Amino acid sequence: MIAVIIIIIMAVLLLAAAIYSVMHRDLLFAVLGTGIVSLILSLFFYLLQAPDVALTEAAIGIALTTIIFIITIRNTTRDEDEIIDKENEKL
Amino acid sequence: MKKVLVIILLVIIGYFLANTFINIPFGENRIGDVYAEKPTAAGYYLSNTKEKSKVANVITAIVVNYRGLDTLGEVTVLFLASTGIASVLYRRKEDEEETERLSLPSSTIIRSGARVLFPIIVLLGIYVFIHGHLTPGGGFQGGTIVATGFLLMLISYKGFNTNHNIMTWIESLAGLTFIFLGLWGLIADNTFLGNIPEVGKLNSLISGGLIPIIYIAVGFKVAVELTGILDILLKIKPKK
Repeated sequence: MIAVIIIIIMAVLLLAAAIYSVMHRDLLFAVLGTGIVSLILSLFFYLLQAPDVALTEAAIGIALTTIIFIITIRNTTRDEDEIIDKENEKL
Repeated sequence: MKKVLVIILLVIIGYFLANTFINIPFGENRIGDVYAEKPTAAGYYLSNTKEKSKVANVITAIVVNYRGLDTLGEVTVLFLASTGIASVLYRRKEDEEETERLSLPSSTIIRSGARVLFPIIVLLGIYVFIHGHLTPGGGFQGGTIVATGFLLMLISYKGFNTNHNIMTWIESLAGLTFIFLGLWGLIADNTFLGNIPEVGKLNSLISGGLIPIIYIAVGFKVAVELTGILDILLKIKPKK
């Protein structure tokens, strides 16, 4: 019973993090949202007896993908709003 | 107009997906009898890997042995991705220019933590890909864990440099090991990646014939490629 409740809470958190990362304007927070999605997803894989996939998801999803996106954001522009504002001014 | 088109497309895709999945009974044992006279593919793998290949982790046997050619393709895809990133982003150092990796120096806590954690993370990664045929995980997982260890050092220390010459050599040697072991099987057994050597005893470190050797090569290759990608990405000058 407790296991079922924990799994339901995890699933709700997973959905919440996914929706958060889609809806958020700031790219950095959106990327962190996808990192949380990967974290909960790897826990799910472990609970569903797929430790191979859980290891992959933990190493690639949580660490490498998040960091590569953060580096990319650092090298480009972080806020989308500024660009949109500038484009509006030009028009 | 655009939104209507999107909704129509989604409905079509959803219809075909539902049609496909509705025919698969949920939760039913679709592997069938493992020791049957004519087992399914999954049953064949489950019954034969333990007895013939002597590999405890069936997933490793499938990935490296039965579906070894696919793994070679995967390794090639990763190699092409890293080559592509390198060819687009690699910048030769101009004269008297210091490769600047971070705009801000990282704090003392991160630096001392990274120094303690780095060997442990690398050791864990190496453990995962050496024990790929015994415990969950393998070359890809171990390689990425080693790469995260190097990532920690790259973002904590400005002076931490990776030697690209050595990395290229390791990558080429690992790739060639994979291909030549496959060709050995082709010559001796008429199957690419055929398991030629003695398979040994189940559950011992030296068992499974070629499988652990190939996974160690894959582990080195993945670790080096991902470290190279991260190093190149971190060396780009941030936009001012």
